[in-house]
Amino acid sequence: MIRYLGRRLLNYAALLFVAVSLTWVLAATQLNPRALFQLRQPPIDPEVIENQLLRYNLSENVPLVERYWTWLSGVLRGDWGYSPLGVSVAEEISTRMWVSLRLLLIGTLLGILLGVAFGAWTATRQYRVSDRVVTGISLLIISTPAFVIGHVTQIGATWLNNLTQTRMFEFIGETGEVGDYPLADLVDRAQHLLLPTLVLIVLGAASMSRIQRNLMLDSLGADYVRTARAKGLRESKAVMKHALRTALIPTGTYVAFSVATMFTGATFTERIFNFPGIGQYGVDTITNRDVNGVVAVTAFAGVCVLVGAVLSDIMVAILDPRVRLA
Amino acid sequence: MDITAGLPVTSPVKRLTRRQLIWRRFLRNRMAVVGAFGIAFLFFLAVAGPFVLYWKFDDIDTAAFLTPPNSAHLLGTTRSGRDVLALTVRGLGKSLLIGFLVALISTSLAALVGASAAYLGGWYERSMLWIVDLLLVVPSFFLIAVASRGAPEGDAAWILLVVLLAAFAWPLSARVVRSLTLSIREREYVLAARFMGLSAARIIVRHILPNASSLLIIDATLGVGYAILSETGLSYFGFGVQPPDTSLGTLIGEGARMATTYPWIFTGPAVVLVFLVLCVNAVGDGLRDALDPASASGGTA
Amino acid sequence: MSQTDAGRRGENPTVPVLQVRDLEVTFPSEAGPVRAVRGLSFDVSAGESMAIVGESGSGKSVTSLAIMGLHPATTRISGSIKLSGEELLGRSDADMSRLRGRKLAMVFQDPLSALTPVYTIGDQITETIQAHFDVPKAKAWSRAIELLDLVGIPNPRERVKSFPFEFSGGMRQRVMIAMAIANDPDVIIADEPTTALDVTIQAQVLEVLKKAQQETGAAIIMITHDLGIVAGMADRVTVMYAGRPVEQGGLDDIFYRPRMPYTIGLLGTVPRLDATDTGPLPVLEGNPPSVVDLPPGCPFEPRCPMAIEVCRVSEPPLLATDGPGHVAACHRVETVIQESLTHAEIFPAPTIAESALAHVPRSERPVVLELTGLKRHYPLMKGAIYRRRIGTVHAVDGIDLELRTGETLGLVGESGCGKSTTLLEILNLGTPTNGSITVLGKDTRRLGRRERKALRRNLQVVFQDPMASLDPRMPIFDIIAEPMGVHGYPKPEIEARVSELLQLVGLEPSHADRYPQHFSGGQRQRIGIARALSVEPKLMVLDEPVSALDVSIQAGIINLLEDLQARLGLSYLFVAHDLAVIRHIADRVAVMYLGHIVEEGSVEAVYSAPTHPYTQALMSAIPIPDPETERSRQRIMLTGDLPSPADPPSGCTFRTRCPTYALLPEADQGRCRTVEPVLESWGEDHRAACHFARPLTLV
Repeated sequence: MIRYLGRRLLNYAALLFVAVSLTWVLAATQLNPRALFQLRQPPIDPEVIENQLLRYNLSENVPLVERYWTWLSGVLRGDWGYSPLGVSVAEEISTRMWVSLRLLLIGTLLGILLGVAFGAWTATRQYRVSDRVVTGISLLIISTPAFVIGHVTQIGATWLNNLTQTRMFEFIGETGEVGDYPLADLVDRAQHLLLPTLVLIVLGAASMSRIQRNLMLDSLGADYVRTARAKGLRESKAVMKHALRTALIPTGTYVAFSVATMFTGATFTERIFNFPGIGQYGVDTITNRDVNGVVAVTAFAGVCVLVGAVLSDIMVAILDPRVRLA
Repeated sequence: MDITAGLPVTSPVKRLTRRQLIWRRFLRNRMAVVGAFGIAFLFFLAVAGPFVLYWKFDDIDTAAFLTPPNSAHLLGTTRSGRDVLALTVRGLGKSLLIGFLVALISTSLAALVGASAAYLGGWYERSMLWIVDLLLVVPSFFLIAVASRGAPEGDAAWILLVVLLAAFAWPLSARVVRSLTLSIREREYVLAARFMGLSAARIIVRHILPNASSLLIIDATLGVGYAILSETGLSYFGFGVQPPDTSLGTLIGEGARMATTYPWIFTGPAVVLVFLVLCVNAVGDGLRDALDPASASGGTA
Repeated sequence: MSQTDAGRRGENPTVPVLQVRDLEVTFPSEAGPVRAVRGLSFDVSAGESMAIVGESGSGKSVTSLAIMGLHPATTRISGSIKLSGEELLGRSDADMSRLRGRKLAMVFQDPLSALTPVYTIGDQITETIQAHFDVPKAKAWSRAIELLDLVGIPNPRERVKSFPFEFSGGMRQRVMIAMAIANDPDVIIADEPTTALDVTIQAQVLEVLKKAQQETGAAIIMITHDLGIVAGMADRVTVMYAGRPVEQGGLDDIFYRPRMPYTIGLLGTVPRLDATDTGPLPVLEGNPPSVVDLPPGCPFEPRCPMAIEVCRVSEPPLLATDGPGHVAACHRVETVIQESLTHAEIFPAPTIAESALAHVPRSERPVVLELTGLKRHYPLMKGAIYRRRIGTVHAVDGIDLELRTGETLGLVGESGCGKSTTLLEILNLGTPTNGSITVLGKDTRRLGRRERKALRRNLQVVFQDPMASLDPRMPIFDIIAEPMGVHGYPKPEIEARVSELLQLVGLEPSHADRYPQHFSGGQRQRIGIARALSVEPKLMVLDEPVSALDVSIQAGIINLLEDLQARLGLSYLFVAHDLAVIRHIADRVAVMYLGHIVEEGSVEAVYSAPTHPYTQALMSAIPIPDPETERSRQRIMLTGDLPSPADPPSGCTFRTRCPTYALLPEADQGRCRTVEPVLESWGEDHRAACHFARPLTLV
């Protein structure tokens, strides 16, 4: 078993290496960091620019292979390089990771939980009014881009704030003006987390409920549910104990996967609510022509995907005795 | 050979044809029917709009900057004095074009790669799966943004965007096509074709792909929605369709910054975009129900 | 009917435990309401077994779900179902739940999907008990072990902790029976409980079912299409056709004095294991009707040779016949009784062409297919996530076969014996793991690309499942034309041949533009045969060509195959699990077990004196549709399941299940364990591979 696990991890490492290297090539050839300085007013001396670029291994005057080697040997030493303006990429990622985690964990988990509940419930009520309403709403939500939902939430919150003449809803950044009452800091943070978390829950629940509904419909028609009812279990109990339990096997893998990959999944939410997390950083690196930053974000996302894959496998093994024991 | 004596000449049983059945099931799903009409309407709007509307999308009305909706500008104007309605119609056209093209390309690619990988197996399958995994490991959104960043500007820039979106959209579908092909491959009619001497290419084209068509149609439809969402997402950040051209995402991105004070720039394109994707997804769901024999869309007693 | 059992249960023996009256079941479908059951009535008493017999779509399974109350809410059910005098129809789910699993129990058809994959066997049995009785977990658990022991699961104390996937199909069906009898029910409904199982396992499970009935004294409703099972299991029989009971009566009445032409035809057209006459089978023409749009009149009228005007106009009611409690729904009952008509008069067998080779001795006919020492081994993979090779499957482990022009060789065995692998190996025309395949004198190991393609033309295949063997996206013209296109037939010739072939297999040439879905199972199988014949092959491989068809359809296909063979001088390799069909159609037979051929020879020799213990067990396990024979025949039960072909037993591979081995003295057993038996001659064209073989007469 260990040997096969090892071989699998090796394959993942190779996959990741190739993916990140290709990303580096793409970023190094496409982003053109020189443009960042060339448009500055007043103009900067080209030599100064060249020096700055050379210092951070960004000058296209150095052959690509040479730059790649410099970058790679840095990465192997744990140095992910610097932005064109000299900010350490590794530092950025390590602080922003926690911001993302604080923002996303609750939203992601609650969203999945709600989605599973709604999906399972609507499946048992297929084609009834409640099913049609919930499926209709979830269809509307998954058809709405995350950025539209984010802005609509903000517009609504502003309107409510104006209406109530309070600042009940906060939607810029992680923290704001902190009052001087006990636990004010915590309340402030919670206020700022409320709206983005809500958006994440809505988005997650909508897509998860659709997945879970289909899974559940499949297992509702299974022979073993009929067997359970033939034993004398009431329909609701047969559904909960037999259909839902079996339909949760693929859900488990999905949950494991989405928790691992949530860091880059909420780019829009972070951007709109101005949370300095990984997703926001990803967009900023591209805007700021930050080659090393883009590559590091890609690598981080890749690691998340692969960790997610491993977690999914573990999850199936936990949930499915056929996998665990066979 | 003469006619065998003593054998009954029998005629087929009367049943609904597959097409009739699918059509009936699709029509029963009212959301899907509304969605189909919605898409037709939006297409018409995108094609006919530029000829009918007074303002062109790149006209600048120097007399009206940031005006709210009025009789001259039905949906108002932008900061630079461009007509929001004309821009929305233009953006809609672009989003539709990109969405359908990307779905078409990526589904075809997924069908070819998925089916051939599963049917041929061996090192070919392994290497194709490896490429699929490679594309799934990287965050496609960032990579498309990076690639389109360095692209040459001009009228044809959106074609590059289509290629990029398609290049990252096919792997998941290819996996699904592959696992379906793995089961079709074992069906007796495919075995029969193999044992009568048909080549692998002909078996894939004649027997496997037609029998995976339900999946491919559903995949392509839902792919349109996915492509539109990706394109508008990129454009929202300014990575996708570049000015002076516009897409619904670009417009929303521009409008969003002032959404609380000048809501009209945001609202129009946002409503159109949501309606478009909703229609596409509703049709996709309807097709899934109609084409998938396992779905429980039964009749009434 | 066992009065003592009923008495033991303290119930009035005259009140039937289950009483069904005028049951009507209608459910919605795309094509309109399906009237699946139309007016079914019957009584079953405690300890009694009643069989409901019918083909697919006859309404028999729908009936069982109606009794259990397991139909979805959209299904309309009317009439009356009374359990011990209490009405069941119209009860709420909660109400029915108290009865299901307690008074009413059910065993379903497919044991592989009927158990929840994520719970242990023990959990699922104790759940049945605890759903009705407030017993502590430990007590329910020990009851589960008792039940597993009762249904013959070895080592129940350990096995109770297993998950369903760790059990074979036969073992899972035993678990289903254990769950069904856990609460000592009054009625057990068994819906095709052995259809998904192999014959030797079927025999075991039927035995367990009988034992379960003895233990519980329950009434059993046995739903099946297999008249042989009915003959061995039932006290009374209801025959259903197109949702209606068409004949009901005691077992012997139905089998020896059938009065409805459908029953008569059904009994007459089945190939029987004990039939020595191998002439053409009588044929029940046509197909069962669709129950969506039934025309007025008797639904069997279109297929009935005795139909008269009134049959087209009104549907006959069930009326008493000449036997007590024997009723039949037929306008011609009087005639049948008065002239005591049998199937021979009502359904005369067609005449079949005689082969030009009939008088050529076998030794003078050329060999078309020869296998020598054929082996096919596969890697055995394990693990759903981390796949790895853990061993070798010895699917085919050294077999020799010879097929000569114009003859039919039957290859018989249960699932997992290697017969399908053998067949695929031949069809692949590739290089086997070991040994050689020679088709029409050409060794497949030495074929070039072009030669292989040319050889394919002479080697065609007909598959088991007529639903799966035709591409649903192609009209049947294209399907039949496809092989001709591959082998370069000119277009005009293809056109002409397709209509010719359609006529040859008994289909209307004008239907060439229709799709497979428009045809019934039997018709599709005819299309499959036409496709195989299109390129004028010399050798046909038939992979269970009739086993997926309804009983009344099989005879027509068998006759067609025999007729075509005689006309076109074809050679058949006929792979099947059904020894009765093989006896009818084959000239020679080879019995396979775990990758080896254990017995082979001419059909007469092997069937009249089966010599290998496995052949004997196989033959004794096949139910014969004759109650008298079923009651008196000798049964040889095999224990356990087929061992894994990845880890075959040493010496004789059959010894782990062999009844002969079990009775041998220790010294002789040693020989079976260490020395692999080879095929030895037991007469002219009859060989068996057993150290202690002893011919038996079984049928």
